[in-house]
Amino acid sequence: MSMVEDAQVLPVTPKAQKRTNRPTSRGRLIFAKLARTPRFWVGTLTLLVIVLWALFGLAFYAYNATSQDVMSMNTAPTGNHWFGTDEIGGDIYAQTVVGLRKSLLIGFVVGPVSALLAGFIGALAGYLGGVWDRVIVWFIDLLLVLPALYILIMLYPLIKGGSWVIVMVYLAIFSWMILARVIRAQTSSLRDRDFVKAARFMGVKTSTIIRRHIIPNVSSLLIIDATLGVGAAILTETTLSYFGFGVQPPDVSLGTLLSSGTGAATTRPWLFIFPAAILVITVLATSLAGDALRDAVDPTSGANRD
Amino acid sequence: MTEPLTITGKRAPAVTPVLEVDNLSVTFGRGANEVKAVRGVSYHVNPGEFLGIVGESGSGKSVSSMAVMGLLPSSARIRGSVRFQGRSLLECSDAELSGIRGKDISMIFQDPLSALTPVYTVGHQIAEGLLLHDKKLSRQGAAARAVELLKLVGIPSPERRAEAFPHEFSGGMRQRAMIAIAIANDPQLIIADEPTTALDVTIQAQILEVMQEAKEITGAAVVLITHDLGVVAGNADRIAVMYAGRLVETGGVDEVFHAPAMPYTIGLLRSMPSMASSQSRLVPLEGRPPSLAALPPGCPFAPRCPLVIDACREAEPALSGTEEHPTHQAACIRSSEITSGKLTRSEVFPRPAPVLEGAPAGTDGREVLSLKGLVRHFPLLKGAVFKRQIGTVRAVDGVSFELGSGQTLGLVGESGCGKSTTIMEILELAKPQQGQIRVNGVDVADLSKRDRLKMRRDIQVVFQDPMASIDPRLPVHDVIAEPLTVHGVSKKDQQRKVAEMMELVGLDPEMASRYPHEFSGGQRQRIGIARALVTDPKILVLDEPVSALDVSIQAGVINLLKDLQLQLGLSYVFVAHDLAVVHHIADHVAVMYLGRIVEYGTSDDVFSRPRHPYTQALISAVPIPDPALERTRVRVLLDGDLPSPTDDIPGCNFRSRCPLYQLLPEEQRLRCRDEDPSLRTVDDTSVACHYAEHDALIDTVAKR
Ligand SMILES: Nc1ncnc2c1ncn2[C@@H]1O[C@H](COP(=O)(O)OP(=O)(O)OP(=O)(O)O)[C@@H](O)[C@H]1O
Ligand code: SF4
Ligand code: SF4
Ligand SMILES: [Mg+2]
Repeated sequence: MSMVEDAQVLPVTPKAQKRTNRPTSRGRLIFAKLARTPRFWVGTLTLLVIVLWALFGLAFYAYNATSQDVMSMNTAPTGNHWFGTDEIGGDIYAQTVVGLRKSLLIGFVVGPVSALLAGFIGALAGYLGGVWDRVIVWFIDLLLVLPALYILIMLYPLIKGGSWVIVMVYLAIFSWMILARVIRAQTSSLRDRDFVKAARFMGVKTSTIIRRHIIPNVSSLLIIDATLGVGAAILTETTLSYFGFGVQPPDVSLGTLLSSGTGAATTRPWLFIFPAAILVITVLATSLAGDALRDAVDPTSGANRD
Repeated sequence: MTEPLTITGKRAPAVTPVLEVDNLSVTFGRGANEVKAVRGVSYHVNPGEFLGIVGESGSGKSVSSMAVMGLLPSSARIRGSVRFQGRSLLECSDAELSGIRGKDISMIFQDPLSALTPVYTVGHQIAEGLLLHDKKLSRQGAAARAVELLKLVGIPSPERRAEAFPHEFSGGMRQRAMIAIAIANDPQLIIADEPTTALDVTIQAQILEVMQEAKEITGAAVVLITHDLGVVAGNADRIAVMYAGRLVETGGVDEVFHAPAMPYTIGLLRSMPSMASSQSRLVPLEGRPPSLAALPPGCPFAPRCPLVIDACREAEPALSGTEEHPTHQAACIRSSEITSGKLTRSEVFPRPAPVLEGAPAGTDGREVLSLKGLVRHFPLLKGAVFKRQIGTVRAVDGVSFELGSGQTLGLVGESGCGKSTTIMEILELAKPQQGQIRVNGVDVADLSKRDRLKMRRDIQVVFQDPMASIDPRLPVHDVIAEPLTVHGVSKKDQQRKVAEMMELVGLDPEMASRYPHEFSGGQRQRIGIARALVTDPKILVLDEPVSALDVSIQAGVINLLKDLQLQLGLSYVFVAHDLAVVHHIADHVAVMYLGRIVEYGTSDDVFSRPRHPYTQALISAVPIPDPALERTRVRVLLDGDLPSPTDDIPGCNFRSRCPLYQLLPEEQRLRCRDEDPSLRTVDDTSVACHYAEHDALIDTVAKR
């Protein structure tokens, strides 16, 4: 701490005498701290491996997700069928790889997008206050009370032919509201904090204030929500598939694999265990990386306290 | 009162201390996170004695007293012994402790709102405390006693007030209610942790009076914990100074104040701005207290001590007295040199020389800011869905003043009088509800959006709490550069400018990529000042810029502000409730009461010869860090609190609390009741009082 003491007794001089090396920007500081966190590397490298596997896992594999090997139905994992087969001879390994692609896409789009939506809409309502706040909150509450699944069922005729992309949009639209209300409440207390007032008196634009001050100060919540949202979206998609939306046969996702494999979990565990394990690993790796990110944006958190 | 017994049951010698703390230490956390908050503290309090414990923030004052009360979380590891009337408190069970707490020992906290339960009436809570410890008392009896107690602590119309809820009380009244609860069961010992820190000076003076009274009525011993030496000077019998979890000096109040034997105490005393001197620079105590997590060996004050020698870093000096003053003890290996007079106080902490002499650069006294009849009223609304106006809050009600370039205007008054609203109105740079604001001769109502943005360069603000006014998630460089981003300054110029500003306020530019939490309070306030200066403004609005800082750090920041004003020709609007600070820095002073200025004049005139009874009361409420002066001083005390700004008071709005009004004959009072006094010139100051020439009160103030 000697540096701190020295600083206070520095003489007051009118001009800067020495050129200093460039100060590090916030982005770089955050990244530097991330890079020093093992959790971050474990999380991201695991995710990277999973993504690469989803992309190239079938490159040197004899079967694909739709192929049926009538010679071996209901077999446990073998050298031929790495994760075994189902009752019609479908290869579980290939299905898992293909399903993973879809699930990753759904999870990693829906989780972050809904957190971002929540962040911006909540922050906007909380920061602007007054009429805007009331209108936005009214809208949020409306979305909250709407029976979301019912709407989807009503729209079914319209979206029947549509792909699972619609499900993604649907999931993103109906999952940000509660967090948005939390963020709004936090923002309205942040708004009265002196540093936000100070920015306003400097003439900083509203959008900049939200981006520079509000969002980073509520980011812990956003990051937690985004990472949890990844897993939640993957699982919700399962429910929807069950009702006949989203990913439909012969297309597969981790969700559909899991739901069809659950019944056989005790008798033919390979139908269930492999997709489930991949899902758990994905979710864990995401929250590990998310956790590291949250610590990195919070300057007062453990690692760089000295 | 029965004679206290020792544990062996023998009759105790003449004085057995009520409280004896021996070698108390408190540790939080384990391993690398271990924080030694209290490290071997010993003291005693005799019956009826008033002990003041003084120390900077984080010195362990609160933790040591919480340990005495058994109120620390279970994660705290406590060693040593605490004896209350001979009983060892640390060995008591929780149930036994609860029996003692609130009955024999009671505690008063800094924040009375959190100590009172919001859902019960104040009367109920006092009665509850009585019933808890006296099973024979009836409910009615307890309620009646509660009203009596409220009356005792000076709450007006106590019968009605007993029915009120805590949130309906003002800060001062809540603290009185806390004192009422504290003395309800005739305690032997009252521990008060910063009971007046959250209050205005005028209310602080009242509370300290009430505490003295409470002490006399109950005969209890009092331990008052505070960071403000002035608070204990007039009240305490003995003082203990704490630093880094240890006592570093103890002794009678006169000994410690007049012949401090330890450099830290000397520094604390010398760094306080005094009402007596206004011209010379303050004496800063540089640096900050050490981190209690990793204390280096030796004297903990060594990094900040001007007398440090190599021997200091070897072993931590023990608290020891001298032959002739065994009760006056100090923990410093060089204290004998200090007490013997070989080292004088001014040698230990010399007054720094001003950086520049003479008139500020480029100041011609031209008007840079002027307010004319500024008004800001807030409608008071009621109803959830259909809001209707049930009144008006007159936050600012016709304020006028002028600020010349290179000058400082001090704006003083109790909290809630409209100081902050006034400066917020200025900073909005928008057309006020009524009246006129001119900056550099331009009426802000006529500004276009572009011009307003440009004008923001010229007028910047420094806030009270450096923790709150800086975004904790932004590196310091970005914090300071923020005002520049608005004006399209290139990244490279921003960096140059930020480095320049950091040098200017005494921070190392190398620290630009650190986060705010790595800086101490005083340094953070410097960051706030650097941010305000980065656009080269002409006017700086300072909203209580030093009141959140420890005294030792305050001095450094005030010196810096004074130097910057000389170097850069800045003009300051300086809002503060600490009159000593204002006296030190301001050229002109405006005293505000209920949205109006009641007295306005040069600092010297106002402070040497206050005309308005309110100003006189404010000045006399400022505690003076000199026990001899403080004890003989006659105070002009104000009754009650600031009235609600929604009240429509005919005549003089200060009447309800005016001490002069009380002294006036009836025919003169008439005028105070009927006629609203406007500002008029008396000698060289403007005063809003019909009887400003009256000397009845001034005589008493002049004696201070
Ligand atoms: N529950 C706790 N866990 C860990 N550390 C603690 C805890 N309570 C207090 N401390 C630490 O103990 C030290 C002394 O704190 P304490 O509250 O006694 O200071 P203080 O002198 O009362 O300061 P202030 O003037 O700010 O009230 C500080 O470093 C503080 O961070
Ligand atoms: S022991 Fe040394 S460092 Fe500590 S206060 Fe005394 S002179 Fe200063
Ligand atoms: S006008 Fe009357 S009530 Fe008002 S301050 Fe003067 S003496 Fe007091
Ligand atoms: Mg404390």
